[in-house]
Amino acid sequence: MNRVAIIGASAGGLAVAEALRGAAYEGEITLVGDEHDPPYDRPPLSKQILTGEWGPDRLALRGREDLGRLHLDLRLGATATGLDPVERAVRLADRTSVPYDGLVVATGVRPRRLAGSEAVTGVHSLRGLEDAWTLKARLLPGRRLVIVGAGFLGAEVAAVARGLGVAVTMLESAPVPLALAVGDEAGRFLARLHTDHGVGLRTDVSVVGIVAEQGEVRGVELAGGTVLPADDVLVAIGSLPNTEWLAGSGLTIEDGLVCDEFSAAAPGVYGVGDVARWHNPLFGTSMRVEHRTNAAEQGIAVARNLLHPEDRRPFAPVPYFWSDQYGMRIQAHGYLRGHDEAVVVAGDTEGGSFLVAYRRGERLTGVLAVGMSPKALRPWRALVAAGVEWGEAVATLAVA
Amino acid sequence: MKVEVDVHRCVAAGQCAMIAPDVFDQRDEDGVVVLLDEAPGEEQRDVVSESAMACPAAAIRLVPA
Repeated sequence: MNRVAIIGASAGGLAVAEALRGAAYEGEITLVGDEHDPPYDRPPLSKQILTGEWGPDRLALRGREDLGRLHLDLRLGATATGLDPVERAVRLADRTSVPYDGLVVATGVRPRRLAGSEAVTGVHSLRGLEDAWTLKARLLPGRRLVIVGAGFLGAEVAAVARGLGVAVTMLESAPVPLALAVGDEAGRFLARLHTDHGVGLRTDVSVVGIVAEQGEVRGVELAGGTVLPADDVLVAIGSLPNTEWLAGSGLTIEDGLVCDEFSAAAPGVYGVGDVARWHNPLFGTSMRVEHRTNAAEQGIAVARNLLHPEDRRPFAPVPYFWSDQYGMRIQAHGYLRGHDEAVVVAGDTEGGSFLVAYRRGERLTGVLAVGMSPKALRPWRALVAAGVEWGEAVATLAVA
Repeated sequence: MKVEVDVHRCVAAGQCAMIAPDVFDQRDEDGVVVLLDEAPGEEQRDVVSESAMACPAAAIRLVPA
């Protein structure tokens, strides 16, 4: 293998490049990204960038020199438009093509939008640096922000906006925010956290659309006819994998690029990060994980599998994510979605410091902590990684 | 080999302490990285370099020789 093409120049794509060079791969690496900035970090966009704590200079994932040492053919502002698996080449929007022996698909996701809101000033989504700057400039004291979707992104922005003196209303279609992700009790705690900080949280609501006048947002219309007035609206209703460019390539697309337990989509073709739906043998299920840590871990694993086709290793991580809201850290290890039971096993939600364990079938599949030392999660994480049976896990750590 | 950490970037994910426990630990109170060994031996190179790649906050750097 002498030519690796990595499509997607964010955390996942960069990790592949670094891990290849770290393993002494000396062939060509073409790293293609559709944004104009060199690889930068996204989690701070809804945190330090939006608060103003960080300038954009701190977002770069690697300094210019460290990036230079990777000897990349770095194509920024370049969009992949097609894949020819027979010729083994990726077509770019500028009509050039990138030939490869090994291909990594790391094209990430884009925010879902509300129909009819595309050209309206004051309607935002948050995925890239420009989105963050545009939103930040408008989050001024006394202005009214309506956030559609009370997931982690919406919740983080709500917390920052309250800190900046913005009047915030957050809309959620479910009865309890994040209940599917973290369970009812943790979801209720997070809801209370926001209302305690002055967020107008409206659950069980259905958004009909954006109300605009002369191209400027005026509000959000709910089913039933209520219009919530807004100077700005953040649409945070999840993401769509960027896989359209793979249409007609023969690769399987099903809410992401479908990959096997080695993260391979086809011989010599791998998926990395938010765009990849791979089979995680640790949990015995296919998953697509939009977590920052997963992008890097999967990138490292894929670089290894690319370089050692006869000795590939399954990618079987314990997913991890964190979220910061009102100075409080939420951390979770494992696969929480689709859990059958969520139990507070330490602390209590009233006190604002607690640990929730998640059961799926007969197994401990995840753990989430709020306001606790991250080290307190490590023994739980080890049990998740070991695939320990639920009863045994709870008995073991309840004693500890 | 020389290692640098940026405690102001660290998000306390603990990836480094799991991958290279002889080089990195976490503070008890908030989980922020503690550098146990600023100049680890060559035998630690692979795990330190993996820690730097895996760090979700780009808070670890191997200083090139």
